[in-house]
Amino acid sequence: MTLVIFAVLLWVLGFGLNVMLANGPARDTGAVRLAVPLIFGLTILGMWELIVRGMQVSTVILPPPSLIAASFAENLSTLWGDFVQTILKGALSGYIFGCGAAFLTALLVDRSDYLRRGLLPLGNFMAALPIVGTAPILVMWFGFGWQSKAAVVVLMVYFPMLVNTVAGLSETTAMQRDLMRTYAATWGQTLWTLRLPAALPFVFNGLKICSTLALIGAIVAEFFGSPTLGLGFRISTSIGQLDLGMVWSAILVSALSGTAFYGLVALAERRMTFWHASHRGGR
Amino acid sequence: MAEASDPGTRASAGGWPRWLRLPPVLGMVLALMAIWYVAVVPMNVKEVLTAAERAGVEVSPPSAVDRRDMGNWALVFRNTHALGNSWSSDRPKLPAPHQVLVELYDSTIDEELNGRRGIVRSGTLSNRSLVYHALVTLNATFLGFLIGALLGAGLAVGIVHSRVMDMSVMPWAIVSQTIPIVALAPMIIVVLYSIGVQGLIPKAVISAYLSFFPVVVGMVKGLRSPDAMQMDLMRTYSASTASVLTKLRLPSSIPYLFASLKIAIAASLVGAIVGELPVQKGGLGARMLAGSYYGQTAQIWAALLVAATLAALLVYAIAALERRTLRRMGMMP
Amino acid sequence: MLSDEEITNWPEAETATAAPVIRADHLDLTFQTNDGPVHALKDVSLDIAKGSFVSFIGPSGCGKTTFLRCIAALEHPTGGSLTVNGMTPDEARRARAYGYVFQAAGLYPWRTIGRNIALPLEIMGYSRAEQAERVARVLELVELSGFEKKFPWQLSGGMQQRASIARALAFDADILLMDEPFGALDEIVRDRLNEELLKLWDKTEKTIGFVTHSIPEAVYLSTHIVVMSPRPGRITDVIESPLPKERPLDIRDTPEFIEIAHRVREGLRAGYEE
Repeated sequence: MTLVIFAVLLWVLGFGLNVMLANGPARDTGAVRLAVPLIFGLTILGMWELIVRGMQVSTVILPPPSLIAASFAENLSTLWGDFVQTILKGALSGYIFGCGAAFLTALLVDRSDYLRRGLLPLGNFMAALPIVGTAPILVMWFGFGWQSKAAVVVLMVYFPMLVNTVAGLSETTAMQRDLMRTYAATWGQTLWTLRLPAALPFVFNGLKICSTLALIGAIVAEFFGSPTLGLGFRISTSIGQLDLGMVWSAILVSALSGTAFYGLVALAERRMTFWHASHRGGR
Repeated sequence: MAEASDPGTRASAGGWPRWLRLPPVLGMVLALMAIWYVAVVPMNVKEVLTAAERAGVEVSPPSAVDRRDMGNWALVFRNTHALGNSWSSDRPKLPAPHQVLVELYDSTIDEELNGRRGIVRSGTLSNRSLVYHALVTLNATFLGFLIGALLGAGLAVGIVHSRVMDMSVMPWAIVSQTIPIVALAPMIIVVLYSIGVQGLIPKAVISAYLSFFPVVVGMVKGLRSPDAMQMDLMRTYSASTASVLTKLRLPSSIPYLFASLKIAIAASLVGAIVGELPVQKGGLGARMLAGSYYGQTAQIWAALLVAATLAALLVYAIAALERRTLRRMGMMP
Repeated sequence: MLSDEEITNWPEAETATAAPVIRADHLDLTFQTNDGPVHALKDVSLDIAKGSFVSFIGPSGCGKTTFLRCIAALEHPTGGSLTVNGMTPDEARRARAYGYVFQAAGLYPWRTIGRNIALPLEIMGYSRAEQAERVARVLELVELSGFEKKFPWQLSGGMQQRASIARALAFDADILLMDEPFGALDEIVRDRLNEELLKLWDKTEKTIGFVTHSIPEAVYLSTHIVVMSPRPGRITDVIESPLPKERPLDIRDTPEFIEIAHRVREGLRAGYEE
């Protein structure tokens, strides 16, 4: 019981500190902006540990963070294998292939008004569908290996990427197009100097959405069949063995990879669309 | 002369004769159907040839083992005479569209009207019918969506009004959108199952979790959308926080709310379907997994078609509600 | 590399130097809209001589911008004839006969000022060295030297518009078409840019077509003022300015200036009362 009281104390302490920081004189500095969410996260972690131990919650329901950390450290090599299988082989290859194919399709579609008006509503429709449901079919077609996961990812990322790129390519103003006409620029020159740069914010928006979708596709597809490797496989089999420390470790790996993946895309976006209104606030 | 080669004036339907001009979307759908029908042939060629061989048709190469290692297209071109059953094989790798439609009819209308357990004979929906499974999924979707959207909107109001909440929670809400939360689904199901909670609730929890964050992020954006001048106007009236919320912030947030609700309901449906995978107690997800266990591809496709229709209907319903609301509020013509 | 669009040789154009640079003859343009046809231009005839500075002035809807866009081949007339340098407007466009300055600067935010000005040069296939040389030259012409490496959004509105004029000057077109280039700027900046534009015109001897809705601006800048009126868009008066080529800003207080401004105002009013 004392541990639970400690947890309450920790909450009061952490939140109080945050209130002080957030309303204090340094509230708009970068350090505080970083510290407040970190303190919040650490407080939650600490309370989790204390309450789970204090109330003696069964580890099946919720293992304490220390147990997850221990399990994570113990199984580093297994988890690394799962990471390579699911993230690098399944998600990343499917992501590159799917987004690349969608980008090329968008360039193709862009040349024909008929294709654009036909494919855009269809793509919007497909992007809202639960495409992850095709996983059992694709696992049946391409086998249990990473190829079937990549195939699911390709299907999942294709339509959101297509819709975003097509929308981006039509994101020029009448004046910009007129300017290119006064130069008698060719289609290729207009594409390269005007429409691709103007489309970049949309392209990156698509890439960011797709980075999360790719991970979801690769992990869920493993629930339908996989070799004895992979994050989805690890989660479903460890649940069967009630090894919740391992389950949470696998979830931690997928969460970290998801954030890192998204972060990398966002970083590239910042570098390449520094000129866009949403990024140049500070200058 | 000059106008004809002008790159700016592209003919909308190319050089097609008038009777061939289809509305673009219809044209695309027909093209996809045609591709599907063609793809059925190479996808199923091995099974079809084995069946043809059994029926006494000569196929080349005659040995199934040789055929196994050959490319599908090569087999198609060497056996063009034996492919008659491509679109009607029993356990196709890729069923033809009409086979999926037949399966859909059999497992909905036919099952309910003529089946032993159908609604006509037994008074309740048959547990072998897709109508039943769709309703199971839909229940979880709705419940989860409602919980997630309400909690999300509530948290957003809190975030907008409290600096501490904003600085503490918002970064985590944004980060959480980058992680594949669906991966948690089977764990939540199993954990809740182990403490005796099963059926609708665990799936709804996953759906709620998935629809929660898009609503938080969209709603915070919406509640912050009034510009400085509008906020200053409220200040000149020395309006209370509550009336700023109800008179300015909430109305301005409505377009953002609907945009995120559309994302949330689609995510909620995916959550419910994925949540049905680990425990086989009905629902579209369960049907898909069962289909994949027993090699019933038409069953998977039919379930997928129903799921797609549901998703489309749900998003469409929200969009219709959005149009009505915005029109009534005068934010849309 | 030049564009794959063909540049037609037009031998008459080279020999007939005395002919007007731009000649419109009974020009008509009707837009088909949902509310029925709109007569944007009706029976517009006008000759613009080489080296003149022609302003088009009139209320909105009088077709002044439409006429400029016809010259630039951004709109296509439905009747009458129009030649630019003796060619059709489309041929002139492909021969890169003119530079066009829009109402907004329209600089690409992902390019620096220097690279924005180099944009037409890249498209027209100038070598890198020549691009650099020309960019430096026109930047000096519009007094923006030193801002080459800045991005457009780091500059004020007036500087952005100067950069867009530099962009139109970068390739050697002898016609400059300007569509209310200073409309969005405040009066003080506009005065200074007007003064600079006159100096620039004097130095480069280009033929300039200039759309505006400001009477003082039109009178101050032009050798010829074309007064237009709406419904249907047509020319009601062409006023030749007696002002000398050398024009300090305070010329606007002289009786001659006020006299011309008065005539322009009368023309505009007459167009309304019809």
